[in-house]
Amino acid sequence: MSKFNLYLYLLICFPLVSLAQNKVTGKVTDSKKHPLAGVNIAIRGTYDGATTAADGTFSFTTTASGDQIISASFTGYQPMDLKANVSAFEPINIILKNNVNALRVVTISAGSFEASDDKKGTVLKPLDIVTTAGAGADIVNAIKTLPGAQQTNDREGLFVRGGTGYETQTLIDGMLVRNPFSTSLPDIPGRGRFSPFLFKGTTFSSGGYSAQYGQALSSALILESTDLPTRSSSSLGLSVIGINGGVDKLTQDKKTSYGVEADYTNLAPYFNVVKPKQTPNLGPEIIGTSANFRRKTSSTGMLKFYGYGNWTKMGFNTNSLEYPGYMESFKVYNNNVYTNLTYRENIGHDWHVYAGASFSINTDNIHTDTLLKNPAPTLIKVRSTLSQSKLMLYKNLGSFSVIRFGGEYQYAIENSSFNDRTANYVDNYTAAFAEGDIYITPSLVGRLGGRAEYSSILAKMNLAPRVSLAYKFDNYSQFSLAYGDYYQKPEPQYLRFNNYLGYMKATHYIASFQRISNSYTFRTEVFYKKYKDLVKTVPSYNNSGDGYAKGVEVFWRDRKTFKNVDYWISYSYLDTKRDYLNYPFRVQPDFAANHTASLVYKHYLSKISTNLGLTYTFATGRPYYDPNLPAEKFMSEKTMTYNAVGVSASYLTNIRKAFTIFVLSVSNALGNKQVFGYHYSSDGLRRNEITPNVPRFVYLGMFMNFGIDRRQDVLNNL
Amino acid sequence: MKRLFLAFLFTGSMATAAMAQSAQYMDAMTKQTADLDSSSTFTPDHLLEKGNTFERIANAEQSQWLPYYYAAYMQVMQGFMLKDKSQLDPLIDRAEVNLDKAESLSPKNSEIACIRSLVATARLTVDPMTRGQMYGAEAAKQLQQAKEYNPENPRIYMLQGQSLLFTPEQWGGSKSGAKTALELALTKFAAFKPESNIAPHWGEPYTRTLLTKASN
Repeated sequence: MSKFNLYLYLLICFPLVSLAQNKVTGKVTDSKKHPLAGVNIAIRGTYDGATTAADGTFSFTTTASGDQIISASFTGYQPMDLKANVSAFEPINIILKNNVNALRVVTISAGSFEASDDKKGTVLKPLDIVTTAGAGADIVNAIKTLPGAQQTNDREGLFVRGGTGYETQTLIDGMLVRNPFSTSLPDIPGRGRFSPFLFKGTTFSSGGYSAQYGQALSSALILESTDLPTRSSSSLGLSVIGINGGVDKLTQDKKTSYGVEADYTNLAPYFNVVKPKQTPNLGPEIIGTSANFRRKTSSTGMLKFYGYGNWTKMGFNTNSLEYPGYMESFKVYNNNVYTNLTYRENIGHDWHVYAGASFSINTDNIHTDTLLKNPAPTLIKVRSTLSQSKLMLYKNLGSFSVIRFGGEYQYAIENSSFNDRTANYVDNYTAAFAEGDIYITPSLVGRLGGRAEYSSILAKMNLAPRVSLAYKFDNYSQFSLAYGDYYQKPEPQYLRFNNYLGYMKATHYIASFQRISNSYTFRTEVFYKKYKDLVKTVPSYNNSGDGYAKGVEVFWRDRKTFKNVDYWISYSYLDTKRDYLNYPFRVQPDFAANHTASLVYKHYLSKISTNLGLTYTFATGRPYYDPNLPAEKFMSEKTMTYNAVGVSASYLTNIRKAFTIFVLSVSNALGNKQVFGYHYSSDGLRRNEITPNVPRFVYLGMFMNFGIDRRQDVLNNL
Repeated sequence: MKRLFLAFLFTGSMATAAMAQSAQYMDAMTKQTADLDSSSTFTPDHLLEKGNTFERIANAEQSQWLPYYYAAYMQVMQGFMLKDKSQLDPLIDRAEVNLDKAESLSPKNSEIACIRSLVATARLTVDPMTRGQMYGAEAAKQLQQAKEYNPENPRIYMLQGQSLLFTPEQWGGSKSGAKTALELALTKFAAFKPESNIAPHWGEPYTRTLLTKASN
């Protein structure tokens, strides 16, 4: 073998040996000239490259020469390719642009508190809603710890920014829920009818909400149901007031799930031990059932059904205020069924469709009687049925902008009878809306929309414009403005007697600032709300009422300062006056307090597997009218301030294979006296305090779960 | 004889040309995977740098799943060390892009499923209170998947043991369970033969460290 051959062989086999090395240097910065460390620099098609140092510089050698594609990539930034001559020994300077990800994109936030698991920064997570001590896993009770909501605990519903409970609407997956609360007794608010665990997202809007929603003067509570569960499971719960159980099944192909739940609540044994102020004469007994069905119809399509039925009977005897020495009996039988079917699909070319249908029926049979006294007992029957359908199309424009439009139709039958007298009506309600969220830049968005409605019972149409604007300064802070007109039909109890009434109207003006980082949230809002055409009952039914509400709200949440502690504080200042119903002139209404504040505190003790929660709520006194005073002193008196401390503790353990939680929670633990107002006898000589039926409620329960790990949920269900 | 030699030379050089790439690949990968069991590798800076290097190799080769796999592994480990958890999701998004590429080159791969399990665990750490349920289940599901693809992969049992060890007992964690899983991992490690010296073979020393913790 000749030497020549060997050299040839070496030359062919080791071509790299003969190639020169070039040194490549440079620096990477962001668009504001700050150096970027950790950027991956590479010459395309080779292994050659480097990671930039703390000062953004890089340096490496390569066997490549001449013009090459240099690529730079870095997490959170747009990757960049550029052509450079690597043999030139010239420093290569690269500027990378920020990636516009969801975190940096502004969202419309004026007036709304959103709780969702989405990655973007939200003020609350869904679990926060149910982790609130003293709220008893009731969505609305938890929402009451947020700014804007009043502590109106003698009536059902959310009273927001000087509005009544009627002015708040609840929606599940875009469909209206007419009777979200179980029927209440006088002075005792009903609880929400549905479990908070059914929802993956909750938005509490205290004003300025989208044109998608109508018939709410003050507030919208928007609930979005969960998608498919991750596993099949079953559960069983036991408490001092009842039992519940449920099964949730996910099919083998993981595309369909269905579930049923049932619960039975009986407060009678509890009230035998803890004597309430009013003596039970019926129940209180509630049977609840619910069913759901969800099917992923395609990679983008989702069909959901949710329905519940509740049967409640309860009644109490109280000392008669009107006839001293006699008892007043009040009994109510309530049946309520709600069903909701929705479908969403991407129909291509960035168009999406949403369709929904819902049917609900609510029946109240109320018996009232002044025992052992004439006249005869009174029988009141109220029956509402509502059928509704909604269709919406929406299209994405570019990366972030979206336009939506759609319509809805509701057919409502309202029947009522008072002994032999009946008052019935039917309403056909139609609405159309259109709205666009237009991003001028990723950090500046405007929403422009409008809604038109027609109600056959009022025989009137309305047109409501809505506008909002939001601007994000940096990754954490944003400023928003909102304006909108809101219309609502008068309540059925007035409409059924007078068909000539028109819409009530509210106009919202809101400015808000919020700063959300991983550990802290700060938010403040100022608002002004103008009421027009409110219903008056004196001298006759008419729409000449009006009023205003204005105020400042602050919210602060801190998850970091104290280890294992999460707390939030909210404060609302409200200045409101209105002239409505039988009010002689504009006054602060009896459901509004000037100052309201809440502290919600959660502490986890990992050593003993126990979660502690505490909620303190404060509100200044609410106005009431003493009929012994002259008419110009109407609503001039105020009740005592409201203080409530709710505490809860839960202990987690395993019993055999079942994950088990024991829960103890006490509402109004310190036993503060709470007076919401006074009832006067018609001669004004006697009065009763309106107070909670039981001053303190102690709940002890256990919850077992088989299969899916829902312990985190349960832990927080206090 | 001369013709024979030329023929040999010709085929030899052809093979070498093809091998040249491969030798460079093998060299680089051998060097980069050699210290994956060394604790000095596991600093945020080192992980970032190694992740970048694996990404460069992956992007130059494009047909090898291993560099994508290792890049994702480095990135997810870097994620665990992040102090500012708000940076975690974008980093993990990047790791998932690499895993998707690895999986398209090597579907139904037990090793990739193991990293996917780590990815879910990393996402969980951002906000355990609200993410626990979803990502905890996902992490377990991926390990189950990994077991279906190859029950002999010791890293499955190592990750299982790790998760049992660091999960508080009331959330389903168990020291004794961790010990059993880690001991099983060690027997699997003893029997495990990586396909090549650059195929995944990390984890044994770490398993021993975990086992000491679980045994205390």
